Amino acid sequence: MAEYHRSAMIADSPSGYCPGCLHSLATRLISDVITELGQEDNALNVISVGCSALNLLYWSGDNLSVAHGRAPAAATGAKRANPERLVFAYQGDGDLAAIGLAEIMSAANRGENFTVIFANNQTYGMTGGQMAPTTLIGQKTTTTIYGRDPATTGYPMKMCELISQLPAPAYVARFALNSPKGVRQARDGIKKAFQMQLDGKGFTFIELLTNCPTNWKLSPLQTLEYMNTNTIPYFTPGVFKDITAKEADA
Amino acid sequence: MGEKRFMKGNEAIAEAAVRGGCRFFAGYPITPQNEIPEYLSWRLPEVGGAYVQGESEIASVNMVYGASAMGTRAMTSSSGPGISLKAEGISYLAAAMLPALIVNISRGGPGLGSIQPAQSDYLQATKALGHGGFHAMVFAPNSAQEAVDLVYDAWEYAERDRNPVLVLMDGCLGNIMEEVELPPMKALSDEDLPEWSLTRRNGRDYQGTITPIYTEPILESINAMAGETYKAWEEEDVKVEEFLLDDAEYVVVAYGIASRVSKEAILRLREEGYKVGMIRPITLFPFPKQSIRNLDYSRVKGIIDVEMTIPAQMRDDIALQVLERCPIHEYGRSGGCLLDDDGVYEAILEIVTGGNDNG
Repeated sequence: MAEYHRSAMIADSPSGYCPGCLHSLATRLISDVITELGQEDNALNVISVGCSALNLLYWSGDNLSVAHGRAPAAATGAKRANPERLVFAYQGDGDLAAIGLAEIMSAANRGENFTVIFANNQTYGMTGGQMAPTTLIGQKTTTTIYGRDPATTGYPMKMCELISQLPAPAYVARFALNSPKGVRQARDGIKKAFQMQLDGKGFTFIELLTNCPTNWKLSPLQTLEYMNTNTIPYFTPGVFKDITAKEADA
Repeated sequence: MGEKRFMKGNEAIAEAAVRGGCRFFAGYPITPQNEIPEYLSWRLPEVGGAYVQGESEIASVNMVYGASAMGTRAMTSSSGPGISLKAEGISYLAAAMLPALIVNISRGGPGLGSIQPAQSDYLQATKALGHGGFHAMVFAPNSAQEAVDLVYDAWEYAERDRNPVLVLMDGCLGNIMEEVELPPMKALSDEDLPEWSLTRRNGRDYQGTITPIYTEPILESINAMAGETYKAWEEEDVKVEEFLLDDAEYVVVAYGIASRVSKEAILRLREEGYKVGMIRPITLFPFPKQSIRNLDYSRVKGIIDVEMTIPAQMRDDIALQVLERCPIHEYGRSGGCLLDDDGVYEAILEIVTGGNDNG
C-alpha cells in the first residue's frame, strides 16, 4: 500500500496550478526521481517562462529562472561553468517549440550534457490559451477560434521526431501523463535521462504529454480522454533514441 | 612590470579578460569584433574555462546568464546589430542582478549599417541597453592599453554592483595594433565565488534562487536600490581625462577614437595659438558631469562635441551640464566614414575662428 507524502523537492506551500493540471504531476515525478538519485542538493532547475515559471514558488531546490525560450542556452552556460551539477530545464511548448526553437535544437545538436523536460499541452496556458506550435489540427484556441487550420498556421510540431534526427542527443523519449502506465513510464524515463546525464552521456530530452483543463475548456477527466483520442494518436509516445540501448546490444 | 606585447585591440581585450578572471565566453560572429571570440576559443580552454559559439547573439547572452549564475566570470562580445539582439539578455542580467562583461566593438548603424567603425551606439549604451529602465556602467577606452586596464577590472565593478558592465569601443580601436602591457593573471579560487552564486549546494543549507521575476513591491525596491547604485557611481566611479583645460576657450568633448583624432588636432591648433582643450569621458555612464558643469564659462566660448556619428549623440548629456552658458557645436562623420586629422582640425579651426555658427 503506497503511502502519500509530499515529494522532497516540492516546497511546503499550496499549489497554484489549476485543478487537474498535469504540471503538478510532472513536477512531482521530477522531484521523486531526484530524491531517488540522491541529487537533492546537486540538482539545478532551469525555469522557463509560462505556467512552468510557477516552479519558482513550488520547487525547493536551487532555481535559475530565465528568459522565454532561452532555458537551453542558460542551461548550457550553467552546465559548462559547473559540470558537476545535475542541470535540467523544464519548458512548455510555446517556450520550447516556438520562441526557443533555435536554443533547443542547437543545445541538442551540441550534445550539451543536461536534460530538457518538455511539457507539451498544446497551448499557451499562462497567457490564456493561444495557439501553440503543438496545437492539434482543428483544436480551438483563443487565436484559432474555428480550430487550427494548417492552411494558415501549419502543423503541430513533433519535437522528439526532430531532435532524434540529430547525431548528438543521447536519449529522446515521449510519455503521456494521462494514465497510470504512462506516469510510471515517464518516471522511469526521467530517471534514465538524469542517470545518463550524471554518467556524462550527453543531451537527454523527455517530452511529457500534458493537459490544460482551463484553456481546453474541459473537465480534468475529459482532458485525459481528449488526450487518448486526439493527442496521443498524433504525438506517438515511445523512445525515439537511446544510445545506451545500442551499447547494451553490442 | 607587466608583460609587453604588440596586439590588436580586440585580442588585447580578450587576453585582459582572461587575466581578469573570465572563464566563460559565448558569442556569435559579427564584424568588427571577430578576433575576440576567435582568440577566446583557444585561450579559454588553456586556463580551464569554456568557450561556446552560440547559435545567435540572443542565445549567447543567455549562456552568459547561466554561467554567471554559477559565479563564473562570464562575458560576450558583439557589434551594434548583435548588441540589439542581446538587449533582452542584458536586461535579464540586470534584473537577476548578475555580473557580466558585454563588449560592443561598434560599427556604422542603424540597421545592418556598415562593417566599418562608427560611434553610433552611445545612446543605446548609456540610455537603454534593454527594456525596463536599467543602466550598466559603460567604459569607453581610447587605446588598446586602456581597454586592457578597464577590462581587467571590469568584474570587480560588475560583482560589486551585481550588474553587467559594458565596454563600448569602436571598430578602429578594436582592430588597431598597439603595444600593450598585460597585467598578471588574477588568482581566483572557489573561495572567491560570490556568496549568491548557484555553485554546488554542498555546505550551503539554504535554497539558491536567481530570478528576473519578482512580486511588485520587491521589484519596486530592487529598482530603487539600482537607482541608488547609479547615484553612487556618479560620486565614486567617474573616469575622465581633462586635457589642456586651464586656459581653454574652446573645449572639445570626445571619447574613444574621436578623442584620439581630436587630440592630434588640438595639439596642432595649440601650436598655432588657439586655446583649445578637451574633456574625454572614459566612463560614458556615469557621465563626467562635473568636468563639463564646472568649466569657467566666463572664459569658455564654445563646446565642440566630436563624435564618429551623425547626428551627435552625446550632445544632450553635454547640454544638461552647459546649461546654455555657451554654444555647443558638433562635428562628426558617420556610417563607417572615418574621422581624420585634417577633417577634425579644419572643423575645430572653423569654429574657433568664428566661421561656424551652427550652435
